[in-house]
Amino acid sequence: MNLIELRDIRKTFYLGEVVLPVLKGITLNIAKGEMVALTGASGSGKSTLMNTLGCLDRPTSGEYLLDGEEVSRLSNDARALMRNRKLGFVFQNFNLLPRTMAQAQVMMPLLYGGTHVSQKDAKQRAAAMLDRVGLADRMDHQPSQLSGGQQQRVALARALINHPPLLLADEPTGNLDSQTTREVLALFRELNDQDGITILIVTHDPKVAANCKRMIRMADGLIEADEITAGGAA
Amino acid sequence: MKALLILQASLTALRRNVLRSALTTLGIVIGVGAVIAMMEIGNGSSAAIQKTIASMGANTLMIFPGAAASGGVSFGAGSTMTMTPEDSEAILRECPSVRATAAVVRSRNAPVIFGNKNWVPNEIDGTTPGFLDVRDWAVIEGAPFDDRDVRNAARVCLIGQSVVRQLFDGQSPVGQEVRLQNVALRVVGVLDKKGANMMGRDQDDILIAPWTTVKFRISGTSTANTAAAAAAAGTSTVTPRGTLYPGSAQGLYAPRSATQTKNSPMPVRLITVDQIIVSATSAEETKDATEEITGLLHERHHIGEKDVDDFNIRDMAEITKALTSTTVMMTNLLLVVAMISLVVGGVGIMNIMLVSVTERTREIGLRMAVGARGTDILRQFLTESVMLCLAGGAMGITLGRGTSYLVSKILHWPTLPSLGAIIASVVVSASVGIIFGFYPAWKASRLDPIEALRYE
Repeated sequence: MNLIELRDIRKTFYLGEVVLPVLKGITLNIAKGEMVALTGASGSGKSTLMNTLGCLDRPTSGEYLLDGEEVSRLSNDARALMRNRKLGFVFQNFNLLPRTMAQAQVMMPLLYGGTHVSQKDAKQRAAAMLDRVGLADRMDHQPSQLSGGQQQRVALARALINHPPLLLADEPTGNLDSQTTREVLALFRELNDQDGITILIVTHDPKVAANCKRMIRMADGLIEADEITAGGAA
Repeated sequence: MKALLILQASLTALRRNVLRSALTTLGIVIGVGAVIAMMEIGNGSSAAIQKTIASMGANTLMIFPGAAASGGVSFGAGSTMTMTPEDSEAILRECPSVRATAAVVRSRNAPVIFGNKNWVPNEIDGTTPGFLDVRDWAVIEGAPFDDRDVRNAARVCLIGQSVVRQLFDGQSPVGQEVRLQNVALRVVGVLDKKGANMMGRDQDDILIAPWTTVKFRISGTSTANTAAAAAAAGTSTVTPRGTLYPGSAQGLYAPRSATQTKNSPMPVRLITVDQIIVSATSAEETKDATEEITGLLHERHHIGEKDVDDFNIRDMAEITKALTSTTVMMTNLLLVVAMISLVVGGVGIMNIMLVSVTERTREIGLRMAVGARGTDILRQFLTESVMLCLAGGAMGITLGRGTSYLVSKILHWPTLPSLGAIIASVVVSASVGIIFGFYPAWKASRLDPIEALRYE
């Protein structure tokens, strides 16, 4: 069963007089449990595709089925709920709240779930999630007291608190050194293998891409290559 | 429960920048503090002013006997004698809006003699001890006469400052005897200085004695008007004992049936007074007091609905008006000051909230990415500004109360706690939070998550 189904997705920006087609008809299927790297030169449209996949932006035309639901025509509020339930985001610059304890950071998405979670449950779930990413002893630390790798793991715990089927990572290792990059990638891999979470990583780094099971390369608003990598074969 | 979580998120956000939050809310703190302090000090002064004006007689009512008329000729107010001392006592007893009453018998102006000096006071009044209470007048030397003196028609009197100055030439008048129409009266006390009344008449030029003394020992008869009424009735015979009103062909009160007479024999009105003065519990109560007294006197004098009243009640409408306008002006002044300071405070809040929204653009983007809807963001920022304002309001109330406490302790200004001002401050500061917090919050809720996440 496909988690993501894109059919002829097009996105065109209108900047005054200038018409700028960014996505020129993308058709793509990603099955549950895949770990995909999305690469491409800057300006190739991968960020726009990422935003579309992340329900942050609506395509100009085309169909997008996320977990069997057509989401490309949903209202803003409905897409917000979709992001909360089905998606986890990890960013290059972590995007943690300043001067906020790790546990509170991880609990944050529960506030917008539409279902009531008691404060006690929320704390327990956040603690369990931090434990899962190996930060059980850092729950009351603020971002400034954490290393880059630890910050990214807090962000990862936050992305996973609602148990989303899809995790979108935008250059997750862009700000990390090679040692930490390996650790974080290992964690991604583990989540993919053990918990069956589908992961899509946008990256420039061939090493990161090689760590994934499938690689999609974009160029000029179209998919240029879609191949199973060595990492996937191994 | 969700509201609680939003509240918590807002508090966390505010706590991240304690100093800035504190400085932002300072405008509201000072605004509300100023309002509370001004209100309490203003209320205190207003109460003090009202008390002063009230002592001029704003809550005083005067009940005069009605007018006699004969063949279409009216003899003016007070030409029949219908008020009794018992009326005065009944009014005090039965009208809840009445604080004090006094029956007054006026005497013709006559010289008061002490030693080789004499002086004609402006006013010679026979009255009851309640008089001083009604007029809010203190005895500064000696003591006032009491009810027993009234019962015994004791030969005692109180004199005003002007009389003291004219007759006593520096020595203490208390214990001395003055003569009034060949009756020796012992001065038992001296009244406090009151100055001129609104018409410029010297109020201190007065001699007060028990009304029994004035009526029976000094005047012998009551005022000249009685004679006029008697003449009007077309008879010169002396009023026989037991029937007070000459010319009884014209019934003063509604006729009573035989049964009524048997059941409650009509009290014989032997003794009348010239007027009754009444003090209402406050200037606002004078209207109620008037109605209560009217009802009571109708009952006591057996006046039916169609009959003409045998009394007139007058109040000091002019003074009451001055009093009300003073209060209204005071309140309006405070309101304007309050509005200005709170608007200034509100603009401060709006400014900082706008800065905060810009500064936290990435946070907003992130919250949207994890599923926050526009309304969630709006609610959060609105909660933050309202919390700021309410916290400011609470601190302002403490500050204001503290200030007014210090002012009353150190400067001895009169202050009066005002619950209304406190409630109004809370409501207004919450409204300021909503009004001035709305635009920044709305702006935050309209951010595009993609742009917001990329914001540097």
